[in-house]
Amino acid sequence: MFDELLILALVVLPFAGSLITSVLPRSARNAASLTAAAVTLSATLITILLYPATVAGGALVFEAAWLPSVGLNFTLRVDGLAWLFAFLVSGIGALVVLYARYYIASEDPAPRFFALLLAFMGAMMGVVLSGNLILLVFFWELTSLFSFFLIGYWHHNPGARDGAKMALTVTAAGGLCLFVGALLIGGIVGSYDLSVVLAAGDTIKASPLYLPALILVLLGAFTKSAQFPFHFWLPHAMAAPTPVSAYLHSATMVKAGVFLLARLWPVLAGTNEWFYLVVPAGLATLVLGAYLAIFQNDLKGLLAYSTISHLGLITLLLGLGSPLAAVAAVFHILNHAIFKASLFMAAGIIDHETGTRDLRKLSGLFRYMPFTGSLAMVAAAAMAGVPLLNGFLSKEMFFAEAVANHTGSLLDDSLPYFATLAGIFSVAYSLRFIYGTFFGPAPTDLPRIPHEPPRWMRFPIELLVVICLLIGILPGWTVGPLLADAARAAVGAALPYYSLAVWHGFTLPLLMSVIALAGGVVLYLSLRPYLAVGRDDPPLMQGVKGQRIFDNVMLTLSWKWARALEQMLGTRRLQVQLRLVVGAAVLAGFLPLVFRGAASVGSKPVTPAEPAFILLWAIGLACALGAAYQAKFHRLAALVLTGGAGLVTCVTFIWLSAPDLALTQLLVEIVTTVLILLGLRWLPKRIASEDDLKPSGAVLARRFRDLVLAIMVGIGLSVFAYAVMTRPLPETVSRFFVERAYVEGGGTNIVNVILVDFRGFDTFGEITVLCVVALTVFAMLRRFRPASDSEAAPEQQRLQNAYDDKAPDRKVGDTLTDYLLIPQLVMRWLFPVIIVFAIYVFLRGHDQPGGGFAAGIVLSIAFVLQYMASGVRGAEADLRVLPLRWMGLGLLMAGLTGAGAFVFGYPFLTSHTRYVSLPVIGDIPVASALPFDLGVFSLVVGATVLILIALAHQSLRGSRGERVPGDQ
Amino acid sequence: METILAIGIGVFAGAGVWLLLRPRTFQVIIGLSLLGYAVNLFIFAMGRLRVSAPPILEKGMVGDPVAFDDPLPQALVLTAIVIGFAMTALFLVVVMAARGRTGTDHVDGRED
Repeated sequence: MFDELLILALVVLPFAGSLITSVLPRSARNAASLTAAAVTLSATLITILLYPATVAGGALVFEAAWLPSVGLNFTLRVDGLAWLFAFLVSGIGALVVLYARYYIASEDPAPRFFALLLAFMGAMMGVVLSGNLILLVFFWELTSLFSFFLIGYWHHNPGARDGAKMALTVTAAGGLCLFVGALLIGGIVGSYDLSVVLAAGDTIKASPLYLPALILVLLGAFTKSAQFPFHFWLPHAMAAPTPVSAYLHSATMVKAGVFLLARLWPVLAGTNEWFYLVVPAGLATLVLGAYLAIFQNDLKGLLAYSTISHLGLITLLLGLGSPLAAVAAVFHILNHAIFKASLFMAAGIIDHETGTRDLRKLSGLFRYMPFTGSLAMVAAAAMAGVPLLNGFLSKEMFFAEAVANHTGSLLDDSLPYFATLAGIFSVAYSLRFIYGTFFGPAPTDLPRIPHEPPRWMRFPIELLVVICLLIGILPGWTVGPLLADAARAAVGAALPYYSLAVWHGFTLPLLMSVIALAGGVVLYLSLRPYLAVGRDDPPLMQGVKGQRIFDNVMLTLSWKWARALEQMLGTRRLQVQLRLVVGAAVLAGFLPLVFRGAASVGSKPVTPAEPAFILLWAIGLACALGAAYQAKFHRLAALVLTGGAGLVTCVTFIWLSAPDLALTQLLVEIVTTVLILLGLRWLPKRIASEDDLKPSGAVLARRFRDLVLAIMVGIGLSVFAYAVMTRPLPETVSRFFVERAYVEGGGTNIVNVILVDFRGFDTFGEITVLCVVALTVFAMLRRFRPASDSEAAPEQQRLQNAYDDKAPDRKVGDTLTDYLLIPQLVMRWLFPVIIVFAIYVFLRGHDQPGGGFAAGIVLSIAFVLQYMASGVRGAEADLRVLPLRWMGLGLLMAGLTGAGAFVFGYPFLTSHTRYVSLPVIGDIPVASALPFDLGVFSLVVGATVLILIALAHQSLRGSRGERVPGDQ
Repeated sequence: METILAIGIGVFAGAGVWLLLRPRTFQVIIGLSLLGYAVNLFIFAMGRLRVSAPPILEKGMVGDPVAFDDPLPQALVLTAIVIGFAMTALFLVVVMAARGRTGTDHVDGRED
């Protein structure tokens, strides 16, 4: 149990550390690096503690239920392979943190750097320790994300931004493929659990979905590990700070791809498909990367291409499909991480101390930094595969595997030659790295005078180089057991015999090594003239740039094609869109009419029509048609006519037994009209022009089309309404409400009881909507200046103001006040009357038509009247309405009433009811619905008044045309 | 009465849709209002038409659904009226803001 918690700690600890670091102040470099160091060191320690259990038990598993219903558990699993990676991630992480403490300049935000680095470490731990494929993909994508942030750490640098974007695009797209691949594998096996999947190799290989799953998984792995043709993102990722390059882009993250190949090796490898997909990719990457590395002028660029080449080597080894090759692959993963991390750190030191990493400027640095130079030389020799260093051993194993026969094909037979060629290239670029930097004449025009770095900045390199030597000289004692565990876990079966000795006698691989070393030296010497020119691109491949291809593809996909599609299928014109929506609705509506005969007249006898009702609707129709006709040129008339149509609706409600609806409709009608009247003055004046009087053919056609649509909608709704109304009412849920409204809801007005009791939750949502709308209106108008008035002040107002202006004892506006004296008085006196009426409407609501909503609008009308009577300034001098508080209070009260039911152990908004007898007034219902309704009331008052005041205040502001200078 | 109401609903909706498809914002507001009336009446009509049977009980009574107009569509329409009001208010403010920022009252924010 303790071990299992340790596994969990390995993943959780870095994220926790990241969280702590991220909240540190910007300048807390020491605190941040100390936290990071503590986290990485403890992670390393925990990893070491886990080693005995891993060796003994095979695989150690921590499992917590996450979404067990879909087979997704938070499973962490440590076996030899995962352990080796965890050790790399934590160990190199600790060294990188130490190094970064000195590397990150004091003016850079160090906490952000360390927080991201730790978060990446957590994600990487997650990848290597995941015991579930879905979980693995999740962490996989996380590493892409944090890599993106870390590459873009110096986000003021456009190269960093572009590199980050490119890396994210490529690796996240690959991650998506991997996700689908994992789903396919999970589908084939029937489980996402890694232990189950690893045991189901035969099932997977026999499945018809094997090839698609394999291709998708390989896409994920190849993008992540920068395999050809996806390798181009890695050199651009070198815009990241060097500790990131050392950690993510050589030692850990780019190894995730080959880790995945190794992880799934037992279930995917060994087939012809695997061989012919993986080996060519690995081989191309190996040779191409090594070739391009020779010609890089940037130190980090050289290392990046060398990393690509080495990743290709590992991929190639895994692709061969023989257990021995897999052992070599795992061994090389370890060796490469060690020497490449130290080389990156050395490059970072050179950059740090000289101010440049351009090989054309650097030379003869050995005299300034002999210690760093010696360390770099050892590491570079390991990279080149010089004997007695770790790189030699795994390269020797690689040569042996290249020589060995796997499939007998032409590709297989040509491997030794390509391997030797890549070996020659790697010797050449290693030589260039060392010779170009440290030897030759003393450097001129360097930005800084170089010197040795701080003691502890060099320490990580020293340690790594010592390990290079130890492994190289005493492989069997140092790395032997670890490698055996890791390789056994990767291969999934007993290991074949292999020897880690330095000396195997005179063998073909040794000969290849010798050829590579000698050939590399010759190649470098013969290329020096070419390199001295300092061209940017290598011979044979001038003009081929991955970045340009990538940019072109991105441009085509995300801009050209997208635009073309939009132009083909889309429109920005709202009318066209709405026409389509209405047209689709009409079509959908008419289908049942045509195919199901829904338009037939039902059996229910119709109610005889009264003449007054006919007359009412004659008016209603006239109003609606008139409004439709007048809305373009005569807005006020159209508004009045719409009001008429609203009133007809209102009377219809009363007529047909819906007093609540009528009351609400009437009140809302009033407020809406006031609202639109307030807004009307800012709409532009519209005068019929020549075009309007004699519309063109296209306009007429458009109108005709709209008219047909409108008539179709009208006919459709009429037919439906008639068809339904002439059929008897079936049994509905209404019975429930009618029967229990009084008995359980304690009110006689069924509609009100439904709203505040049975369906109180709906009402709660509804008032929330109202609240949001009011706040939106408030927010939109708060700093808004309206358009200029569409009309100049009317004649009467101008005369009145001119008169006021002339008279010495009058202010502008006095005449208007005089004129309005009596209406003003009436409106003021109406204030208390309307308040009483609002209370009345509120209190009777539960039993008779009324209720919180109607009462709220009544009260807001009382406020509106005050504004109308005294103007905005006048009204606000006497009256302070705080609509936001009314709203907040209302929402709170409704919510608390609902939550009160929890106290008594009932669900939200369960109501309780009883009658209380008050003197004079008599029995009034005191249901818990009452405070709820009070909340509705308060909120409606607040929202309505807020909207109206926001609109009214616009008249106080200058229009956009007359903006005061400096007022923004 | 059913016939008249059905025709009324159709005409309201037709006028509303016609205005909805017009290019000027004010026409759209009026159109939305008219369409709102039509839809509210339509939903209300789904409870069938009853004269003089408002769904208000006597005290202490277990209601009989046959005796009253259907309260359920009424409750729905009540909600719809409120939301319609909120929508009109929001739309009006959007119209004002669009007019202030673009200088036109065309629904696309520019004359064509």
